[in-house]
Amino acid sequence: MKIDPEARYLKSHEWARWDGEEIVCGISDHAQESLSDIVYVELPEEGDVFDAGEAFGVVESVKAASDVYMPMGGEITAVNEELEDTPELVNQDPYGAGWLIRFAPSDPSEFDQLLDAAAYEAFVAEEEG
Amino acid sequence: MTRPLIFEISRPGRCAVALPDLDVPRSELPEGLVRDDLPLPEVSEADLIRHYTRLSQLNYGVDIGFYPLGSCTMKYNPKINEEMARLPGFVNLHPYQDEETTQGALFLLYHMQEFLKEIGGFAGVSLQPAAGAHGELTGVLMMRAYHLDQGDTQRDVILVPDSAHGTNPASTSMSGMRVVEIPSDDRGNVDLELLRAACEEHSDHLVGMMLTNPNTLGLFDEHIEEIIALVHQHGGLMYGDGANMNALLGIARPGEMGFDVLHYNLHKTFSTPHGGGGPGAGPVGASERLVDFLPSPIVVAEEDENGDEFYYLYEPPKSIGRVKSFYGHFGVIVRAYTYIRMLGAKGLRRVAEHAVLNANYLMSKIKDTYKVPYDRVCMHEFVCEGRFHDAPGVRALDIAKRLIDYGFHPPTNYFPLIVHEALMIEPTETESKETLDRFAEALLAIAEEARTNPDLLHEAPHTAPVRRLDEVRAAKQLILRWERE
Repeated sequence: MKIDPEARYLKSHEWARWDGEEIVCGISDHAQESLSDIVYVELPEEGDVFDAGEAFGVVESVKAASDVYMPMGGEITAVNEELEDTPELVNQDPYGAGWLIRFAPSDPSEFDQLLDAAAYEAFVAEEEG
Repeated sequence: MTRPLIFEISRPGRCAVALPDLDVPRSELPEGLVRDDLPLPEVSEADLIRHYTRLSQLNYGVDIGFYPLGSCTMKYNPKINEEMARLPGFVNLHPYQDEETTQGALFLLYHMQEFLKEIGGFAGVSLQPAAGAHGELTGVLMMRAYHLDQGDTQRDVILVPDSAHGTNPASTSMSGMRVVEIPSDDRGNVDLELLRAACEEHSDHLVGMMLTNPNTLGLFDEHIEEIIALVHQHGGLMYGDGANMNALLGIARPGEMGFDVLHYNLHKTFSTPHGGGGPGAGPVGASERLVDFLPSPIVVAEEDENGDEFYYLYEPPKSIGRVKSFYGHFGVIVRAYTYIRMLGAKGLRRVAEHAVLNANYLMSKIKDTYKVPYDRVCMHEFVCEGRFHDAPGVRALDIAKRLIDYGFHPPTNYFPLIVHEALMIEPTETESKETLDRFAEALLAIAEEARTNPDLLHEAPHTAPVRRLDEVRAAKQLILRWERE
C-alpha cells in the first residue's frame, strides 16, 4: 500500500493535500486497491459548496459504487475532467493524475483534524484485521 | 471458444418451419404497410436445434449442480410447479375475462394471499409486485402514504443498515426519500446506540427503517425487538426485506416481530425459477396499520346465499394504486402456490430447519481455513473472507473463478460490503450432505492451491467456455444489441 506522506486522510479513505491556498482531494491507494477496477467517477460542479463529511461524488468499480466524502468544508474550484474518459487513472495514480477535486476550504484549520500518514496507515492495518 | 450468433449462421432462403395451408381466405395487407426487407435469421431446422441446444449446454443452473449464491436462495425448483403452471385452465385465461368465469384463478390468488399472511403474520397481502425490489418500492410507497394520511408531510428519512441489500437504499431514493446509513456492531447486529442516536436526530423526519432479518451476514439480529420498538417510538414504520425468509418459514413470523410491511421473494423462498433474470414475484404483506394502503387489486372472498364462496377483485380504501398491470406474475404465483400446497405447514418448517442446518454444517467444515469474521451460529447462509495471510496475491474473485473448474457455481462475492473479500455462501435445504462435503473439499483444496500454486487461481477458470471477462469494458462500453455490420 502506497501512502503520500504529505497528505492527510479520512477513515473513509479519501486523502487531502494543500496546493497553495487550495486543497486537492482523491481516494487513497488502499481505497482504489479495495475497489478494484474503477469504471466511472461522478464528480460535483465547480462552485458547489459542501460541509466536511458530506458526500461530494461517487466512485464506481466493477465491484461496488461508493460515495466519496469531503475531508473539509469548502467550495469546489476544479474537478478532474480526465476521469470522465479515463477513470482508470484513479487506479494507476491515486495521489497524482487520479485526483478527484480541488476546493477552497472554508476553515483551513479543519485540515489539522484529519489523520496524518502514520495514523492512517495504522488505521488501515487495524481495519484489515 | 465463442459460438457464432444465430445471425452469423443465417443463409438466404433457408427455413426451419413449414407453414400449413391457409384455412381462411387470403387478404392482402394495405399498400404502404408491407416491408420488402425483414432482416431475420434464415436457418434450417437442424441448424436451429443445434444452435440452441449448444447454448443450453453452456448454461449453468440448479438443474445442473450446486449453486450456493448467497442471498439468492438457489434451491431446486420442483418440476410439479411447471406442470401446474401449464394446466390449460390457467394457460388459456385472459385477464379481461369476467370474474364469474375466472373463479379458479381467483381462488388460487385468494388462498395464496391467505398462505402468505399466515406465513408472515400479516393482516393483508398483495400479490402484485413483480420482483423483490419492486416489493420494496411498493412497501416504501405504502409507508409514505401512511404518514401523509396521518398529516405527517415532513417525514422523508429511511434508515438502512450498512449490511443491507443495495436495493434498499435504491428503493428509498427512487421513492424520493433520503437514506441514513446505520453501521453494524462487532457481532454483526445493527449498532443499537447509533440507531438510537439516528432515531433521535431524525425523529420528526423518520419514515421508518428497512431491515433484513436474518441479515446479509446470515445472522439473526439479537436486538430485533429493541430495534423495532425504537423505530416505532419515533413514529417510524418497519420495512422487512424478506429475501432471507427461507430461514424463518414456520418458525418465526416477521409480523409478530413488529414489522409493518415485508416483501416475499417467491423466486427465492418459494421455489419459482430465477431463470434469465425473471420473472420473479415480490408480494407484500402488511400489518393492520398498513393493510388499507396495499396496492390494488387484491382478491377477497364472499359467501353467496348457498354458502358458496365467490372471489372478486377489490381495491383497499387507501390503496397506493396499481404497481403492475393486471394481477402480478400469475404463472409464478401458481408455481409458488403449488410449492406451498405440496409441502404443507410441517414441510415448510422443515425447509427452514434444513436450510439453517446445511449452512451451519458447511460453515463448520471450512471456517478453520476461511475466516468467518462474525463467528456465530448462522441462519440459512454465512459470509467468510476469501483471502489468506500466507497467499497475499489471492482474492475472493480468484477463489470464485477457481470453483467453476471444480464444477460449482461460485458463491456471491464482494457482498456484503462490510466484510473484506466477502464470499457469501447459501447452500439451501435442497442439497444433500454429499454435495455439501464435495463443496467443502473443493474450497479446502483451493485454499491449498492458493498457497502452493496461486497462478492456478489467477488464471481460472480453465474449463469454462470463456475465461476472465473484461468487466471494465463491459461496464464502460455497453453493447446491448447485435447490429448487422
